[in-house]
Amino acid sequence: MIKTDALIIGAGPTGLFTAHQLKIIGLNCEIVDNLDKAGGQCIELYPDKPIYDIPAVPECSGEELTNNLLAQIKPFNIGFHLNERVDEVKKIENNWEVKTNRGKVFLTPNVIIAGGVGSFEPRKFAPKECEKFEDKSIFYAVKNKKLFENKTISIFGGGDSALDWAVEFSKTSKVNLIHRREEFRGAQATVDKVLQLKKEGKIELFTKYQFKSVKGVDKLESIEIKNDDDKIVELKTDIVLGFFGLIMQLGPIANWGLNLDKKTIEVDTEKFETNQKGIYAVGDICNYPGKLKLILSGFHEGALAARACFKLARPNEKYRFEFTTSSKTIKNRLGVKSD
Amino acid sequence: MAKITYIENNGNTHTVEVAEGLTVMEGAVQNNIPGIDGDCGGGMACATCHVYVKDEWFDKINKKSEGEDDMIDQAYEPNKLSRLSCQIEVTTNIDGLIVHLPEKQL
Repeated sequence: MIKTDALIIGAGPTGLFTAHQLKIIGLNCEIVDNLDKAGGQCIELYPDKPIYDIPAVPECSGEELTNNLLAQIKPFNIGFHLNERVDEVKKIENNWEVKTNRGKVFLTPNVIIAGGVGSFEPRKFAPKECEKFEDKSIFYAVKNKKLFENKTISIFGGGDSALDWAVEFSKTSKVNLIHRREEFRGAQATVDKVLQLKKEGKIELFTKYQFKSVKGVDKLESIEIKNDDDKIVELKTDIVLGFFGLIMQLGPIANWGLNLDKKTIEVDTEKFETNQKGIYAVGDICNYPGKLKLILSGFHEGALAARACFKLARPNEKYRFEFTTSSKTIKNRLGVKSD
Repeated sequence: MAKITYIENNGNTHTVEVAEGLTVMEGAVQNNIPGIDGDCGGGMACATCHVYVKDEWFDKINKKSEGEDDMIDQAYEPNKLSRLSCQIEVTTNIDGLIVHLPEKQL
């Protein structure tokens, strides 16, 4: 069990800056995120797109913003728990016991939900029958490449993941690449490579086709794909890979007894606390009159929630407001020399 | 104002007046029409305001935005009539527009 002053759920910009604010005031914290890296929507949805409304930063990409936020918390020792989703939250006396899907347990008086629009999950094929083949012959990510050697593989999607894996697997397997339109959104160099491999007969390309159905009883035998004019093609296949991007779902947070408004969590604007004492929500996931879904609003919300955490984490101490420009204590925490 | 009809996947029909300058997504959200989420608030960063435009209307509304098709790739069950409703501008020219909503957004 990991004991900490505050647990942050979500390693997007708001979660990262909230960690900074906690450490600046002398609290420790841990961060959990369902993705395999920090950055949240900035990294997952728009790493290369420029952002123009971060105060004092005229222009930066989602990736640059994330890297700068990580650099800003580098002086501190913060535990990151990536690839983990928080599943359960339970009140134990004055603490919250928080469990992840990998069985990790945290004990903390403060839980800060900086969950954006929920946790990212891959979009799956629509037909229900696909579920029984999931992780056997239908996959939404490639974890063990060995499974995909010397097979017939049908890959769906038009982005970089679909194209990259089509190129990679064409070295050892027969590859069908299926996409709903003729244009691909992946890198041009990879698109050219795929078209070259198609010419060489190493990749079979089906554009303007979409997934229709799956055949097979215990073992996947074939799939049917369909085009806009309802023309159906049956493809014998051992493995199906779907790369339709990620969708965001509130997930288990919906069951924690918090007051929700659609997919957002209601908070006050003093502490950004939810209806549960010691559980806060900041960034895109929180809601209050006048809420703006801007990164800069998340920074403000995190700074205030961090101060609220102090009371519960250090009930016998008094929080004293200090500036980073003048406080020796803060400079010590940052590991910089004071004048 | 333009009259817009949203038809849910189960057949429930909602006809509302939407002010010019809004988007078809905003018209749905402001009128609490189920079936359009608009999670990202109209930034074309999600695909949860996906609609199928009734075919005779498809060429009458404003053209797709750059990058819109990239997002539609990630929508639930897209087809050739798919649009993101946050990218459809409401003008008096689209008075009478009919859009069908997918079975679900996520």
